[in-house]
Amino acid sequence: MNLTHLEKLESESIHIIREVASEFENPVMLYSIGKDSAVMLHLALKAFAPSKLPFKLLHVDTTWKFREMIAFRDEIAKEYNLDLLVHINKEGVKNNIGPITHGSKLHTDVMKTQALKQALDKYKFDAAFGGARRDEEKSRAKERVFSFRDQQHHWDPKNQRPELWNLYNTKIAKGENVRVFPLSNWTEIDVWQYIYQEKINIVPLYFAKERPVIKRDDLLLMVDDKRLDVKEHEKIENRMVRFRTLGCYPLTGAIESTATSVEQIIIELLESKNSEREGRAIDKDQIGSMEKKKQEGYF
Amino acid sequence: MDLEKFFQNQNNKKQVKILTCGSVDDGKSTLLGRLLYDSQNVFADQMDQAKIESEKYGTQGKDIDLALLIDGLQAEREQGITIDVAYRFFETSKCKFIVADTPGHEQYTRNMATGASNSDVAIILIDAQKGVLKQTKRHSFIVNLLGIQHVVLAINKMDLVNYDEHIFNKIITEYKELIKNFNFISNKYIPLSALKGDNVFSSSENTKWYSGPSLIETLENIQIAEKDITNAFSMPVQWVNRSSSDFRGYAGTITSGKISKGDVITTPSSNSQTSIKNIYGTNGELGEAFTNQAVTLTLQDELDISRGDIILTHDNTDIIKADQFAAHLVWMDQDSMLPERNYIFRFNNTFINGQITDLVHSININSYEEIATKKLNLNDIAYCKIALTKMHSIAPYKNNHQLGSFVIIDPYNNKTIGAGMIDHALRRSNNISWHEMSINKETRSKLNVQQPCVIWFTGLSGSGKSTIADILEQKLHTMNKRTYLLDGDNVRHGLNKDLGFTDTDRVENIRRVAEVSKLMLDAGLITLVSFISPFRSERKMARDLLEEGEFFEVFVSTPLEECEKRDPKGLYKKARSGELKNFTGIDSTYEIPENADLVLDTKTNNAEELADQIINFLESKKII
Repeated sequence: MNLTHLEKLESESIHIIREVASEFENPVMLYSIGKDSAVMLHLALKAFAPSKLPFKLLHVDTTWKFREMIAFRDEIAKEYNLDLLVHINKEGVKNNIGPITHGSKLHTDVMKTQALKQALDKYKFDAAFGGARRDEEKSRAKERVFSFRDQQHHWDPKNQRPELWNLYNTKIAKGENVRVFPLSNWTEIDVWQYIYQEKINIVPLYFAKERPVIKRDDLLLMVDDKRLDVKEHEKIENRMVRFRTLGCYPLTGAIESTATSVEQIIIELLESKNSEREGRAIDKDQIGSMEKKKQEGYF
Repeated sequence: MDLEKFFQNQNNKKQVKILTCGSVDDGKSTLLGRLLYDSQNVFADQMDQAKIESEKYGTQGKDIDLALLIDGLQAEREQGITIDVAYRFFETSKCKFIVADTPGHEQYTRNMATGASNSDVAIILIDAQKGVLKQTKRHSFIVNLLGIQHVVLAINKMDLVNYDEHIFNKIITEYKELIKNFNFISNKYIPLSALKGDNVFSSSENTKWYSGPSLIETLENIQIAEKDITNAFSMPVQWVNRSSSDFRGYAGTITSGKISKGDVITTPSSNSQTSIKNIYGTNGELGEAFTNQAVTLTLQDELDISRGDIILTHDNTDIIKADQFAAHLVWMDQDSMLPERNYIFRFNNTFINGQITDLVHSININSYEEIATKKLNLNDIAYCKIALTKMHSIAPYKNNHQLGSFVIIDPYNNKTIGAGMIDHALRRSNNISWHEMSINKETRSKLNVQQPCVIWFTGLSGSGKSTIADILEQKLHTMNKRTYLLDGDNVRHGLNKDLGFTDTDRVENIRRVAEVSKLMLDAGLITLVSFISPFRSERKMARDLLEEGEFFEVFVSTPLEECEKRDPKGLYKKARSGELKNFTGIDSTYEIPENADLVLDTKTNNAEELADQIINFLESKKII
C-alpha cells in the first residue's frame, strides 16, 4: 500500500517531533497561533497520543497581535489542557517599542527576536519547534530540519550541519540550542488541505468578514485597536477581508476576499497569483531581509 | 470548482523526490526556475521580486533571470553560485515534486550526498557544449553510492549547439560507458534548453529528431518501486509511550514490511517473543500498517524494550546484530578522519561511540580507482571497517536505507563530519564476550586501601611533565600509595615502538596508552600518564573510557618559547632545522585543554611545588 503525499508528510513530521522528545532534555514548541502552528500542534498531539504533550508551548507576545489571536490562543490552551507559557519583552514594553513608532525592523527585532532569545535563555530550552516551511521564502528553502544555533542564538548559513536521511544530529553543548521545523517539506496548499481533512480549528481572522480597515503603504490594515493612530486622510472602511498570514496587526496586510470557509479559502488560493508572505511588511525591508533576521536569531 | 474531486486528485498525486546536480554554469538554477515557472508554481509577487533582483544581479539583460527565483542566500545571489542544498516544491496534474537542489562545484560534494540521501530520482545536468566532465563522473558516482536508482541525464543548452543530434548522441554514448558498472534501474536522456524551455514541459520543434518524452513527462512516469513493503517487518523504537499504568506503547516509524494485529514479533535484545495487541496510526486504531507509517504499537506481553531497540517479525533475516561492520563513508569535514579516533555514530534510533578501525581504501571519484590511504579529507569517499562500543541491529544499505545508514558526529564539537552506508556486518567479534571476573576493581582497591585513578599529564615536549610526574610518584610512594608511571618516551620503546609521529600514529599511540591506563586503574593503581597527547579528541577518549571521578587531566602549561629555550633533549633545535618532522608545537598541532582539572604554571612554581599542588588536589578529591 502506498501512502498519499499528505500521509507521507504527516508521518515524517511525527517522526521529527518524537525525535526531539526523545533526544532533548528541555524542548519547547513555539506557538505563533497561526495556521502552521495549528497544524504543528495537531501533529504533536497525534505523535504522543494518548499521552499528554511531553513539552510546553511558548508564545512570544509582541503585544501587537490581533485581539482575536490572543483569545483563540487561550481557548486552545484550555481545550487541549496545554502547558502554555507567554513571554513579553518587558524592556521593550518599558521603552514603548512598537511597529508604528519604531518601524517594522526595530519592532520585530526587539519584541520578537530579542524576546524569543530572552525566553529561550530564561527557561533554558535546548530545542524549540517552529512551524516554518521551506516553500515560504528563499532563505527558508536552505534551512535544515534541525537548525543549529550557537549560544547567541545565531544561525550561520555557511556552516550548517549536513543533514542526511532522517538521521538528525541532536548533539549540542550547554547553552546552545536547536530550532526544529517539522513542517519543512509542507507547502501552503498541503497545510490547507490538511486543515480541511483533519478539521483543525484555526483563528477566525483567516476567514473573510466585514472588518474595519484603512489603506496604508499599499497594505490594507485592520483597525484592531486605537494604537493604529489613524490619520485624518486615512478613511476607515468596513470591507470583506481576511488574512493569509497572521502577525502583528499593523504589519499584516489583509486581502479582500469572500472566502468564509476552509473550502473557499482553498479555492481562492488555487486561483490566487500572490504568495502568502506578500502581506508581510517585514520581508521587504531590504533585499535578503529574512536571511539577515534569521542570522540574528529570528525564527 | 469541485473541491472533493480536487482533493481526490491531490491525494492520487505521487510524491517524487528529485535531486538535481550539475556543475557550475550548467544552468541548474535556470532549469529549476523554469520548472517552477512553467508549472505555474511561482506567484506574482515572487516574480516581481525576481524582476527587481534581475536588474541588480541578473545575467539575462532585460529578461528575467529565472535562476534568481531559486538562488536563495544573499551571498549566492551576489556571486551567482549556489552554495548549499535548497529544497523546492512544485506540482503538476500527476505529481508532487520535492526537489533537492545541490551545488556543483567540487568542494561541496558533501551537500550533494546530503541531497541524494533523501531522493528517488536524480537529474544530472550536462552542458551540451562541454559534454561529460569530471564533475559528471563525480555526481554519477555519488548518486549510485547513495542508492538512487533512476537517473535522468538532462543535456542542457542545446540551443547553443544548434540542437545538434550528433552532439547529443555522442554525449549519451560517452555517458553509458561511464555508468556501465552502476546499479541504475532506469536511465533517460533528454536534449533540452532550460533557458528557452525546449523539451522541459512539452516536446520541442527544435529537436524533431528526438521522439522521447519531455523532462516533466519523464519524471511523472518513473516507476519508483516501494519494494520495502514486501520485505519482513521492522520498526526501530523511537519513543516509549507510557500514558498510564495500563498503557505501554512503542512509537516509531516502520522501516520495512507490513504488520497486522496478532502478528508475532521479537526484538534482537530480548530473544523472547510476543504478539501485536494493537496498532495506533495517526487516526486511531489500525488493522495493519506499512513501511514509512508513523505508528504506536502495543504488545500482548511486556518485553524489556526501549529507544534503541528494534521490533521485528521472525522472518527478518536482513537485520543483524553486530558491533563491527564494513561500510562506505563520505567524509564531510575540514578536520581529517583518522583511524582509531573516537567518534559518535548516529543510527536510526541511537547514538553509539566507535572507531573506524581499518581504512580499506579510498576511491578516486574521477577515475573510480581504489587507492590505499591513511586518512580521509573533506569530500573523500572510502571503504572502511568500523567497530562500535556496543552491539546494534543493522542491515545492508542496499536492502534498507533507514537501517543501513549512519552519520558520524565529532564528540568534541558535535559537528556532523561524515556519513556512511553499511555494506555488511563483520562477525569476528561475535564470539568474544566480556568475561566478568569475580575479583574486580572494587575488591582490588579495598585490598590496596586506596582509591585508584588516572592522572593524565598533557603539555608540550620539554614542558616538565615527566619531571613533575616523577616527583609526584615519589611523594605518593612515601605515603604508601601503589602507583605506576606511564611515560611517553618509555612506552614508545616497547608497546608502541611500531608507531611514528604522524597524526594517525599519534591517535593510535594515545588510544593504546589510554587502554593500558584503564587496565592499570582496574588493577587498583594510581596511574600517572605523562604524554604530550596533543589532541583534545584523544584526551576526551581517554577520559570517556573511565568512570566519572577516575580521570584527572593535568595541563602542564609552559609556553612554547620557554620549552624551546629549555630544550632538554635538543629536539626543538632539530625540529627547527627540519631534521625532525611532525614535532608538536613546530609543525604539528598542540590543542590546549579547555577544561583541564588542574593547570600547572611552570614559570611561577618549581616542580616540587607543582607536585604538592597535585597532592592537595587529590586530597580535595578524596583520592588520598
